[in-house]
Amino acid sequence: MNNFSYTKVSTLADAIHEIDGDIRNKIVAGGTNINDLLRYFITKADKLVDINPVSEYNSIVRLENGGIRLGALHTNADTAYDPIVEERYPLLSKAILAGASAQIRNMATNGGNLMQRTRCYYFYDIHTPCNKRDLGSGCSAINGYNRIHAVVGQSENCIAVFPSDMCVALAALQATVNISGPNGERTLPFADFHRLPGDTPNIDNNLIHGEIITSIDLPEKGFEKNYSYLKLRDRSSYAFALVSVATGLDIQNNVVKEARIALGGVAHKPWRVLEAEDFLIGKEPVRENFAKAADLILKGAQGYEHNSFKIELAKRAVIRNCMMALNPEVQRPGAKPSV
Amino acid sequence: MTAKNTQTTTLHINGYTHVLSIEPWISLLDILREHLQLTGTKKGCDHGQCGACTVLVNGKRILSCLALGVMKDGAQITTIEGISNGTELHPVQKAFIEHDAFQCGYCTPGQICSAIGMLNENKAETREEVQELMSGNLCRCGANKGIIDAVMAVKEGGYNE
Repeated sequence: MNNFSYTKVSTLADAIHEIDGDIRNKIVAGGTNINDLLRYFITKADKLVDINPVSEYNSIVRLENGGIRLGALHTNADTAYDPIVEERYPLLSKAILAGASAQIRNMATNGGNLMQRTRCYYFYDIHTPCNKRDLGSGCSAINGYNRIHAVVGQSENCIAVFPSDMCVALAALQATVNISGPNGERTLPFADFHRLPGDTPNIDNNLIHGEIITSIDLPEKGFEKNYSYLKLRDRSSYAFALVSVATGLDIQNNVVKEARIALGGVAHKPWRVLEAEDFLIGKEPVRENFAKAADLILKGAQGYEHNSFKIELAKRAVIRNCMMALNPEVQRPGAKPSV
Repeated sequence: MTAKNTQTTTLHINGYTHVLSIEPWISLLDILREHLQLTGTKKGCDHGQCGACTVLVNGKRILSCLALGVMKDGAQITTIEGISNGTELHPVQKAFIEHDAFQCGYCTPGQICSAIGMLNENKAETREEVQELMSGNLCRCGANKGIIDAVMAVKEGGYNE
């Protein structure tokens, strides 16, 4: 870990001032990813700015529009176990609880969850080329061991995946991200927060350096009657997803009125295909229709030597999770497949 | 490393107050083990993948390897050295012995601190839920069955801290 200075701030204005738009000054909140990145020299910092005392953003509040606001500094655990989240947004609660471990969820914050970086092995190994860590050095994963890597939305420069579970649910719920920076406040739809790798895989998201996530808003609709989160991985807990699926269905009189399906573990950002969701509208919630939606979601998918299995796995996971959403009681701890 | 880069940090550990002058990049784990000789807390992977370094901070279980010491200024910290009541073992410690919940013992301090944190959280009822909420602590000897048996025994025996 390189030597850095440390300062603690208690207001948002002080945090923005301390960062001063300088890429070598980093925010720390839960610290569960940045400490790791610093320790292994993947990221370097001159200064860490600890924003934990900015208490204004450490709560969950109801909004006048019927939605709720998740403070960026609220922990993942406190968010997942919040009574409002459990009752009205159980999809989010289940997704958070499928991620990391209880200890890490006690530390990690909501804002930090969006800012975590890929767990591509080559990104973490500073002795190998990686365009995300060192733009222009090449991608070691494309012709390397790429079992955990992307099958949709990737580029010839990067096939890393975004590792969050929470963000898959936030994508499905159509959250919005509230941001503050030197030039004031702005809001991004969740779908526009993270980005695809393209020619600049070193940039994970559309936050400008110097800006800070202050909160995440959920709209009123939580799909609490028909929802499911399914996470498939090499061991049944405390591992990142090979494929995960968040499904929310609005079903009336055995007809789908609205459908949301987001995938994790398959792309550089939570993956939604609106064409597939639109296809389900007006259809019966049955396996055959979910299978057609799954085909639309994985249309154009491209696998590599070690991860082509993910394409079929993702299709089956979409179907399985949509079926599970019809009867949410079948969901198991850790978002394992229903028995 | 320069002297001006150290921070005065106060940690309340197992009932004792320590005022330390530490560099900001030192993990809470290294402070416990190297600065305070509280070596009961183990360093396994040192990057958040094994749970051996689990301690309780303000009553909640966290990974001390992923926490910077300076960020815990003022915190109440409990390590494995602080959970017994004098020579009277904590119920989770007793259950680990009764249920043969360890072999080499390296993961055990983290397992016990994690189990206490989990019981305090009170979110697990079934054995499957306990397994899921204890999954952040890896045992490579194969004592997992005994560990879950021990935690279930404490739960079913009525747990009082």
